[in-house]
Amino acid sequence: MPETHPRVIVVGGGLAGLAACVRIAEAGTPVDLFSMVPVKRSHSVCAQGGINACNDVARQQGYSEWQHMDETLIGGDFLNHQPPVYEMAHFAPKIINLLDRMGVPFNRTSEGMRDLRLFGGSLFKRTHFAGASTGQQLLYALDEQTRRYEAQGKVNKYEFWEFLWPVTDEEGRCKGIIAQDMRTMEMKAFRADAVVMASGGNGLIYGKSTMSVICNGAAAARCYQAGADLGNPEMIQVHPTAIPGEDKCRLMSESARGEGGRVWVPRQQNDDRHPLDIPEEERNYFLEEKYPGYGNLVPRDIATREIFWVCQEGYGVGGENQVYLDITHLPQATKNKLAAILEIYEKFTGDDPREVPMKIFPAVHYTMGGLYTTYAPYDPETDTITPASAPKREPNQGMAFGDPKNMMTNVSGLYAFGESNYAYHGATRLGANALLSCIFDGLFNGLSVANHAQQSGAGAHGTPAAELPQSLYDKFLKQEQDKLAKITASTGSQDPYTIHRELGVEMTAAATVVKEEGRMLQAREKLAELRERYTDLKISDTGHYTNQNVSFARALGDMLVYADALLEASLARKESRGSHYRSDYPERMDEEFHNTSRVAFNAESGRPDITWEPIPSPLVPLRARTYGKTDVVEDKKTQEQEAAAS
Amino acid sequence: MIAPNPSEKTFLVRIKRQDAESQPAYWQEFEVPVKPAQNIISVLQYIAANPTTTSGEDVEPVVWDSGCLEEVCGACTMVVDGQVRQSCSCLANEQLAKTGKDHIELEPMTKFPVVRDLFVDRQRMFDNLKKVKAWVPIDGTHDLGPGPKETPEQQEERYAYSRCMTCGCCLEACPQFTKDNTFVGAQAIAQALYFNQHETGKKLKGERLDELSGPGGVADCGNSQNCVKVCPKEIPLTQAIAKVGRQLTVHAVKNFFSAK
Ligand SMILES: Cc1cc2nc3c(=O)[nH]c(=O)nc-3n(C[C@H](O)[C@H](O)[C@H](O)COP(=O)(O)OP(=O)(O)OC[C@H]3O[C@@H](n4cnc5c(N)ncnc54)[C@H](O)[C@@H]3O)c2cc1C
Ligand code: SF4
Ligand code: SF4
Ligand code: FES
Repeated sequence: MPETHPRVIVVGGGLAGLAACVRIAEAGTPVDLFSMVPVKRSHSVCAQGGINACNDVARQQGYSEWQHMDETLIGGDFLNHQPPVYEMAHFAPKIINLLDRMGVPFNRTSEGMRDLRLFGGSLFKRTHFAGASTGQQLLYALDEQTRRYEAQGKVNKYEFWEFLWPVTDEEGRCKGIIAQDMRTMEMKAFRADAVVMASGGNGLIYGKSTMSVICNGAAAARCYQAGADLGNPEMIQVHPTAIPGEDKCRLMSESARGEGGRVWVPRQQNDDRHPLDIPEEERNYFLEEKYPGYGNLVPRDIATREIFWVCQEGYGVGGENQVYLDITHLPQATKNKLAAILEIYEKFTGDDPREVPMKIFPAVHYTMGGLYTTYAPYDPETDTITPASAPKREPNQGMAFGDPKNMMTNVSGLYAFGESNYAYHGATRLGANALLSCIFDGLFNGLSVANHAQQSGAGAHGTPAAELPQSLYDKFLKQEQDKLAKITASTGSQDPYTIHRELGVEMTAAATVVKEEGRMLQAREKLAELRERYTDLKISDTGHYTNQNVSFARALGDMLVYADALLEASLARKESRGSHYRSDYPERMDEEFHNTSRVAFNAESGRPDITWEPIPSPLVPLRARTYGKTDVVEDKKTQEQEAAAS
Repeated sequence: MIAPNPSEKTFLVRIKRQDAESQPAYWQEFEVPVKPAQNIISVLQYIAANPTTTSGEDVEPVVWDSGCLEEVCGACTMVVDGQVRQSCSCLANEQLAKTGKDHIELEPMTKFPVVRDLFVDRQRMFDNLKKVKAWVPIDGTHDLGPGPKETPEQQEERYAYSRCMTCGCCLEACPQFTKDNTFVGAQAIAQALYFNQHETGKKLKGERLDELSGPGGVADCGNSQNCVKVCPKEIPLTQAIAKVGRQLTVHAVKNFFSAK
């Protein structure tokens, strides 16, 4: 394909990346799309639950976009910026309409309207869904539209290509990337006038999570090392009930408990009897005992913490990190109702949960933090979009449409969309809001990228990429070639898979459900040790073709760097907020910490530098919360119901 | 590497390896400890961390493809003991019990070029989606209201087709689909039907049928019905082929009368 300019590069072909491609190509700017996997196999396929948007039915019952925004802000414990959340909630209904026009088979009512489901205890049905595979259906619709642009030559796909590094000019503006074909191992520099990172979450830092095997966060970690800051990297969402597996943790829906499932462990440590042989009085239904009111339906964060603690104390089933989730006692009709989720359990464990209690444990599920991004708040003075006949919005109600600043990192021309963007979910993500934020980023902010690229191509931001000297690209290409050569030639003693396993175990123990200074300081030592051992790698594959061993070892280095930032920010945030729970600082402290933890990579020390950036509240004032003992449960209950994530 | 504990129960895994499409294939055997609920992916992960064959040779780790590990992305498809399937949803213990053998055999799919070892290149499937214009030709992303209404029954029928994860099992099992012919296979035909059924998608029905009436189209299907038996998403493939066949007949008649 001949180089036409300006061009845009999109890294990642999940919902965020594909939505960006479609929007940017539509704006007339050609796109080069990079993905480690064929885009149709991106992690977004895993989402089952649904996608939130206010619609006419909900509206007539008193729900509104404003309320959707408000819930998202409370869910995020006010760590999210308000104008972008305002815009997302108000744009959401248009996204659903568009997806509908693209042919997504949304479930229907008898009248043929799109059906809605209740999600996470919200009083209003506002979650759209397509069978039990909403994420897959949405991804396919965007994949199809991208293929349409591909057939027209407006999108050029580089699948099985790994992003390695952003190319920046003398002034630090992003002007392209270095990438490698994971099959032939060919490495190349690509020019672009804007680059969008839509590379997803980083569950692999925790070893096993509910995410796909490609979600290692290395792409974002590389941008961080190249000068793009991180925002709130300490904010990680843990889901209480996942099926621990040798290879990954698969989600077990909360409906199992909703329908009467009971959580328990044997009273006796390491009791190796068959669970059904353990008599009732020798079982510890710890949630029911500690929370007689709510029992197994305690709010999600409490359930997560209690399960975690009981296992830390050595009462996990078989001495391991797992507890029983028991539905064996339920009537057949209830079991039938749960069929779809019970089959998942059976397929991947080989055990029939109707006969034997399920073994579950909390698992890392979503990355709220990520690349730090900026935006231009809506300003009626500069609004040229709203027609003269319509009323304008108040200042800060949304973002300035098309402004190149929207969701740009602190590196000019480098954008972050989707789960790799820290912007929308603050300290906890609301269920069914992730798919929304991914598609919103692509469709709404895609125009910002196209505009930036057009301006850059016209020379507004330094020299257009197409005219920059080849030597600039060669310099970064050499940097990456040298890095790869060094890894390939490693003849040390440390197996990368072992380091990765230890990293996962340490991060899971120190920085997930309950964080505490002493334990995290220990983890800091461990990470230093792992970083040290990483310099002495042993590579078992020295081949020059489809070398997954080398790709993995390289990504491991980046995971170690990101883990460091995540841990340091967790140590520095001496309060509890949303998913970030500090047992030594159990309260939310707005005075000190209603701030974004903005983390910059210090190239000299190789370590993170944290600064605290205040968060304005132009639309909704922070709500006070009481922390009286009994109120905690009450308050957390509603909060968590709103924030219930799938 | 850690020597396998003699008291530990183990089983054997034979893997057909190939350094690249142009290179000859060869087999290697590995010994893997038995663990409960261990799928083929965790077996491969174990081998990646302990790449030593049963003859004591340290080898390069086996290469394979995977993503979701939940049987929704299609990446990990391979041939397990002669049957094409997703390896992530294949439990080693169940597989051993099913075959009654002491070993499991893993091979790459045979209808696609091998990238390396168990990793194949299924680009042809994505190209076929382009050929049959597997998309809804929307006017653009601007806010133009909702899409066409449809009944729950129509939705259910379309949903069945929309779950196709481009895994290629149907093509691996199809006697008519070979590495070097042009047959598009059951997957692309079913996707053409999926879009022909959509109110807006229909606009391209004629073009899709033109594509499927030529060489490599529906006429190449020998109706052996292997495809529908192996589809992990239980997509009614033979029904789709029959329906598209009928659409083609109508299309041909229309073309005949509108021809000059
Ligand atoms: C089990 C599960 C269920 C969920 N259910 C829901 C739900 O019901 N509702 C909801 O709203 N959310 C849900 N979520 C969350 C949601 O699925 C994700 O947040 C969302 O899909 C992320 O999309 P994305 O486009 O940002 O990234 P992804 O879909 O993860 O895509 C990332 C892309 O980046 C590419 N990439 C990554 N690194 C590189 C690199 N170095 N070089 C090149 N390419 C790279 C990958 O190849 C991929 O194409 C769920 C998550 C999980 C794990
Ligand atoms: S029915 Fe047709 S497409 Fe299916 S396996 Fe047989 S020949 Fe192939
Ligand atoms: S039709 Fe079935 S077997 Fe064929 S590619 Fe799709 S999901 Fe796989
Ligand atoms: S890894 Fe996705 S289907 Fe097996």
